[in-house]
Amino acid sequence: MTDKLTEKLTDKLTEKLEAELLLEALYRKYGCDFRQYAQSSLMRRLNNVRLQAGAKSLSELIPLVLHDQAFANGMVQDILVTVTEMFRDPPFFAELRTKIVPILKTYPFVKIWLAGCATGEEAYSMAIVLQEEGFYDRVQIYATDMNERSLEIAGEGIYPAESLRSYTANYHASGGRSSFSDYYVANYRMAKFRDELKRNIVFSNYNLVTDHPFGEMHLIVCRNVLIYFNRELQAQVLGLFDASLVHRGLLCLGSKETLDFTPYASKYETLSPKWKIYRQRTQ
Amino acid sequence: MGEARGAVVVIGASAGGLRALSAVLAALPADYVRPVVVVLHVAENGGGLLPELWSGALAVRVKEAVDKEPLLPGSVYLAPPGYHLLVEEDRSISLSVDPPVRFSRPSIDVLFQSAAAACGADCIGIVLTGANEDGSAGLRSIREEGGTAIVQDPRTAEYKRMPQSALEAAGADFVLAPEKIGDWLRRNS
Repeated sequence: MTDKLTEKLTDKLTEKLEAELLLEALYRKYGCDFRQYAQSSLMRRLNNVRLQAGAKSLSELIPLVLHDQAFANGMVQDILVTVTEMFRDPPFFAELRTKIVPILKTYPFVKIWLAGCATGEEAYSMAIVLQEEGFYDRVQIYATDMNERSLEIAGEGIYPAESLRSYTANYHASGGRSSFSDYYVANYRMAKFRDELKRNIVFSNYNLVTDHPFGEMHLIVCRNVLIYFNRELQAQVLGLFDASLVHRGLLCLGSKETLDFTPYASKYETLSPKWKIYRQRTQ
Repeated sequence: MGEARGAVVVIGASAGGLRALSAVLAALPADYVRPVVVVLHVAENGGGLLPELWSGALAVRVKEAVDKEPLLPGSVYLAPPGYHLLVEEDRSISLSVDPPVRFSRPSIDVLFQSAAAACGADCIGIVLTGANEDGSAGLRSIREEGGTAIVQDPRTAEYKRMPQSALEAAGADFVLAPEKIGDWLRRNS
């Protein structure tokens, strides 16, 4: 039994080493840096890739990553897979209307950064809220993601029609004031959100791990992205956000994320404890 | 291995799980030495009220898990609806919004497999009542890593399928009624 456990332990250390070498290969060859991602979720995703490739060990994927660009691209897509929806967490958007918008309205012009916008649903949701609140024309939204394929979908604003029912319910639960169908045209299969919604949205490729601060934001929204990073990388990215905000800027995280276990806890006041809306304190 | 660390208890429950889980947790004293991590399948927008429901009724502290939270002894962490919950090697919590696994998010298999990988033999996995087969693969992983597997006696389960499937897929070190599972945890701490 003890021998068996020792063997298990050795296997585990070997698997960890294999994962590190594989991530190093992805980084050194393509600049995709997953080396500081949270271990458990990342190992799950890597092992899914391994099973799909029919490989017995993670190290078997290293030659594929190095010599087969299509495989490497597919693997990066699999690691970056994201699922999102419009008005995800409707009460968050209700808080946005009632707590954040009044603060934003005190500025003549507002810059908003949606970090990790994935396929764009949150950007369109935000645009709808700001439009209904009557000040969308004083806003610029920067919606960024590191996944080029997601950004293409975001730019098109076309989503499966089957999602509309839940999006509509979310929209109304968030305090939406119009008929949700005013915002898109749909056939039986797809719904395209109106181009006028994206008139003040710029979708662009940005890597939170390696890119530089991106200045003078009044509001940064980054929900359910930092959960994929380890504690060190999470702190690094929060530092990036901190440097990108205007004085007294606002920061929104996912409702199950928190600044509490980070070096930034004391730098921010909490405007919404449940929906994790923070504001930089006066220095 | 570095410093010695106590075992983590992971529990999965689905249909009928509220009652069974309450019976297990009721046996634990306020100074219980292990962290307990729970996936209970509930509707995506329900379940957030569970910690409040239990507060006062149980000696141990029950809370909804937050990302990167360290696991503390004598605390019970519930997976938030709509998120997978994973255990990290440094004994902290990670959440993910990866797609549902076998139609479930949170998924018991995801929790159990992460705990097996992170804690090895220092893991006690418990499968309670339920009407699906979530948890079977995860319990097998826990046993493969040398951890302890406990399954609710199907004869005492409101829904037998989940414990039965776990027994078929993984077997168990102990097959017990929920109250006895609680007693076992208290005595083996």
